[in-house]
Amino acid sequence: MRPAIVPDVVAETAVRDGGLVRARGLTKQFGDFEAVRGIDLDVEPGEAFGFLGPNGAGKSSTMRMVSCVSPRTGGDLTVLGMDPRTQGPDIRARLGVVPQQDNLDNELTVRQNLHIYGRYFGLSKAHVRAKAVELLDFAQLTDRADAEVEPLSGGMKRRLTIARSLINDPELLLLDEPTTGLDPQARHLLWDRLFRLRQQGVTLIITTHYMDEAEQLCDRLVVMDGGKIVAEGSPGELIARYCSREVLELRFVTDKPDAAAAEGLADRIEVLPDRLLLYTSDGEASLAAAHQRGLAPASSLVRRGTLEDVFLRLTGRTLVD
Amino acid sequence: MTTTTRERARVCPTPTAVWLVVEGLWTWYRRNWRSSAVSSVVEPVLFLLALGLGFGSQIQPSAATGGLPYVQYLAPALVVASALQTAAFESTYPVLAAFKWNRTFLGIASTPITSRQLAMGQLLWIFLRLSVSSAAFLVVAALLGAVTSVGVIGSLFAALLTAMALAAPLVAYSASLDTEGQQFSAIFRFIVVPMTVFAGTFFPVDQLPAWVRPIVWLTPLWHGTELSRASAFGTGELLPVLGHLVYLTALVVIGARLAVRTFTRRLEV
Repeated sequence: MRPAIVPDVVAETAVRDGGLVRARGLTKQFGDFEAVRGIDLDVEPGEAFGFLGPNGAGKSSTMRMVSCVSPRTGGDLTVLGMDPRTQGPDIRARLGVVPQQDNLDNELTVRQNLHIYGRYFGLSKAHVRAKAVELLDFAQLTDRADAEVEPLSGGMKRRLTIARSLINDPELLLLDEPTTGLDPQARHLLWDRLFRLRQQGVTLIITTHYMDEAEQLCDRLVVMDGGKIVAEGSPGELIARYCSREVLELRFVTDKPDAAAAEGLADRIEVLPDRLLLYTSDGEASLAAAHQRGLAPASSLVRRGTLEDVFLRLTGRTLVD
Repeated sequence: MTTTTRERARVCPTPTAVWLVVEGLWTWYRRNWRSSAVSSVVEPVLFLLALGLGFGSQIQPSAATGGLPYVQYLAPALVVASALQTAAFESTYPVLAAFKWNRTFLGIASTPITSRQLAMGQLLWIFLRLSVSSAAFLVVAALLGAVTSVGVIGSLFAALLTAMALAAPLVAYSASLDTEGQQFSAIFRFIVVPMTVFAGTFFPVDQLPAWVRPIVWLTPLWHGTELSRASAFGTGELLPVLGHLVYLTALVVIGARLAVRTFTRRLEV
């Protein structure tokens, strides 16, 4: 009997390979469609790593390859120092996976879902029973333990899926859009649970198309677009690199925003259907200049640069489109 | 995470892994086992009562019934036909549900269990479930006086082999579907029911027009029924028995290989 968490193993793997996940020129093709077009990745032990990108950017395909479910088309990939092609089951034994769509057994109880799943990892019934009690508490589902899954709310099902992914004490937890479709309370509760896992030293890989989620949870992230990585860094670094210190938003209600009239007022201007975004070091000064030029927005706002701005700059569109 | 008991996740050897899949399917099945026990045991018993004893009372034992009362002629064939029907059900909707509606198989794909082990576990589960319901039916048939000899143990074997000869390819097919399962009602209506009615369960195939017989010979049910009666009545001849066994076994083997392939294609994309 050995300890359930294995920091020594994690450290050892990291020393050997320089990362829990290492990809070089990784590609995935479905027929003629190239979903992932040659990406390089290094995920270090203990970090929370994010994939940010619009729908269809290749995030989920990448996640499925890293979770050793989907075989790669080309390039190199090692997970926990092993090759998914030859050691898929060995790797999967040490991973936790939260898929984009829940795949719980709706006709069974919350507890039964944990029991059955744990058994697939070769864990004894006694161990799985004890572990389930602990995870139900972690996921705040103890009072629903013996209820069927079907009538549970989306947030509860999501928490159960996360609890289930922890049944084998994974060294690496992969979460594909963990909070998509949840209401704000459910999202915050989930973030709180994920934050606790981070504090316990579990390495997280998260895909999301929510900026606030990426800022809250990720130490480091990559922005994907069209199957490629277009930027990499911490949220702060990305904002510093791809965005100005301040952003002036000019909102227009009746007129279409006139980008030509604002030309030269800022380093860069982004045109959205109802507003102009002016990237500038001094928002107030730019606003005054805009008024002098006779621009008459219905309202204006000066704010700090965010990941959303980084995203607009890098992919040329808003995130949830 | 810290745990009270300390144990590491591991990759199980294939037999254990296949058994774990069976364990999972059993957990799912037992939540409402009563209703399906009714359809797979009580229904054939009703058939045996109505057709074997009721309708059969109007039939004189003759050459066509091997000189036996009709109920005794019917019982060894009915166990095969009802195993086949249960197999048809278990190989269709629950499999499609696990891939498409509940997506539970997609969840298993993220564990150390492989697609091959999952496919084999699904087939083993169907086999075990049929073993229990077929054996239960034969016990009831024996109590009703419909069983002539211990040869029915061979009938049980024939029933399971026949049912798996249909189940294996059908599981493979179900795993390849991405529909709402419309195909299944066509399979029941145009394959399973005609097979049950015309493949020798209720009356000898010689009674059919000559041109229909070759079609009947293709059905697993006809081979299974021949095997089952041969064993129950002790009328088997080596060559035909061997032929039936080879044909049915081939279907099981080909079907199981196809099932492994369709499971892998579906899960490892």
